[in-house]
Amino acid sequence: MRNKKLVSYGKFGYIFSIPFILAFLVFSLYPIVYTLVIGFTNLEGLNPKNVHILWNEPFKNFIWVLKSKLFKKSFTNTVTIWIMNFIPQMGLALLLTAWFTDRRSKVKGQGLFKILFYMPNIITAATVAILFGQIFGFPSGPVNATLMKLGLSKEGYDFQLKPMRIKAIVAFIQFWQWYGYTMVMLISGVIGINPEIFEAADLDGANRVQTFFLITLPCIRTIMLYVLVTSLIGGLNMFDIPSLYAMNHGDNGGYTLNCFIKDQAFGPDNFYDTAAAASVLMFLVIVALSLILFFIMRDKDEAKLKKLKKQQIKMARARKAY
Amino acid sequence: MAKTQSLHKESIGLKIVIYVVCIILAIASVLPFIIMFSNSMRSTFEIQQSSISFFTKDPIGNLAKNWKVFNGKSFDPATGFINSLIVSTGTTVLAVYFSCLTAYALYAYEWKMRDAFFGLIVGIMMIPGTVTAIGFYQAAYKVGMTNKLMMLILPAIASPNMVFFMRQYLQASLSMEIVDSARIDGAGEFMTFNRIVFPLMKPAIATQCIFTFVGSWNNLFVPQILLTKKEKFTLPIEVSLLNSDIYQTEYGSIYLGLSLTVIPLIIIYALLSRYIVEGVALGGVKS
Repeated sequence: MRNKKLVSYGKFGYIFSIPFILAFLVFSLYPIVYTLVIGFTNLEGLNPKNVHILWNEPFKNFIWVLKSKLFKKSFTNTVTIWIMNFIPQMGLALLLTAWFTDRRSKVKGQGLFKILFYMPNIITAATVAILFGQIFGFPSGPVNATLMKLGLSKEGYDFQLKPMRIKAIVAFIQFWQWYGYTMVMLISGVIGINPEIFEAADLDGANRVQTFFLITLPCIRTIMLYVLVTSLIGGLNMFDIPSLYAMNHGDNGGYTLNCFIKDQAFGPDNFYDTAAAASVLMFLVIVALSLILFFIMRDKDEAKLKKLKKQQIKMARARKAY
Repeated sequence: MAKTQSLHKESIGLKIVIYVVCIILAIASVLPFIIMFSNSMRSTFEIQQSSISFFTKDPIGNLAKNWKVFNGKSFDPATGFINSLIVSTGTTVLAVYFSCLTAYALYAYEWKMRDAFFGLIVGIMMIPGTVTAIGFYQAAYKVGMTNKLMMLILPAIASPNMVFFMRQYLQASLSMEIVDSARIDGAGEFMTFNRIVFPLMKPAIATQCIFTFVGSWNNLFVPQILLTKKEKFTLPIEVSLLNSDIYQTEYGSIYLGLSLTVIPLIIIYALLSRYIVEGVALGGVKS
């Protein structure tokens, strides 16, 4: 009787999931598969004719993309900008976390600081990119005006002239937008640590620095890895700021992967095929990263519990058979 | 005694460093926006003379002049604002409701495919919409659905991130006894969800609403690909127009245009910042 009821309720699990599954199939899975298929065709131009899968050399587009100098450049640009932004971002976030969670020197006004540090993160990236384009404008933007007033520079810097300058500014904007987020995440990780561990460290006579490096850091390792991998995936997708701040300045110094994909597909020639191939390559990298993350974040206790349950069931069965 | 005094001194020194750094960072967070607001009330000539001065002769007149520059040019903040409002509201409503429904299906019912389905959701959580943009655009183009705001809203029904978050929340806070008592009282399953479970999820819904709304409001890549008609542009696309050559020398109106796109977000943030900052922490995976 009871079993029957459970079964009859179970169908609602399927029914309630239908909208999600339908939307997923239509708006996620289909575009993923379609992008993959386009990667193997010759879909080019606004009114493409005779579109077919390249059976003779199926990987033509992929090879073209991997050999393309602009693709290589956009890939190195993307990774370089990400590293230039992530290392100082994590460093500052860790420092602030150490300060804000220190039990001995309680920092006053923490709430306000957190709110202000996080604020740039919610502002439209497109707006931020153009605003910084103005602020770092040459020759009379606010930054150059200040530098000249202080006598640090005579004619001001053209921040969009050289590839490295562009990368530095784009990385700086990303850093400025994201360190607050990273800090809030890390602080939430520290708050989650069992306070008894800190008390024990106090009793053992550990000083601040020791406590932070030997206790706090190892305890928030998972959350740090989570921030790292999600930031890497976001970094690979960097688009708004590079495309609007850097445009085509400075020898394409701020040209990222998504700029490449968009220009291939929606540039004058509409190379959908190579754009799709580049998307697929990026997709593979993201899947690999996600798998790493999934592996790191898996619930170890739950996995153990499941194993135990399975063993118990097996044993029970064995006993019955016996 | 001497030792505690030196410790005390050291901690005062550290405190000074902490406050100085924090105040500098706080200024760095706010200053760009202050420059933006103040320059939007100055004339282009004044800005060219000195772009960091907050001095202006005629703020209201300059504001009106800067506003006039938009007329007849491509930047149209009002249309962008309305389109963004439609897309962001629609996205938020659909994402929240259907994510709760899916999370409830995953939490409250025993069904064969449940674990596989949950695995799938976790698996696709990390995939950003941008990598499928080419296929998405081509599919939409074939059925004549480009330039439809619907195409930006409907995909929100499947928001794996939020389903994951809502399931965690249900696991921590909903006891099945409530559901069972509703069943005894004769409520149907769908009614139980709408009348009892959904309202109970309010705290989680509130934080997720903010993030979805802001995320959708700020989205540029996919809308820019999908929307080619001027009257369908969302606000970030309108902003990107300010970068074009016709505004190159109209500094005052660029600053004003940027300010217009930021004001709604600043208002939202001023009202809800506490929940937003707390929500980030909630959204973080348990460590």
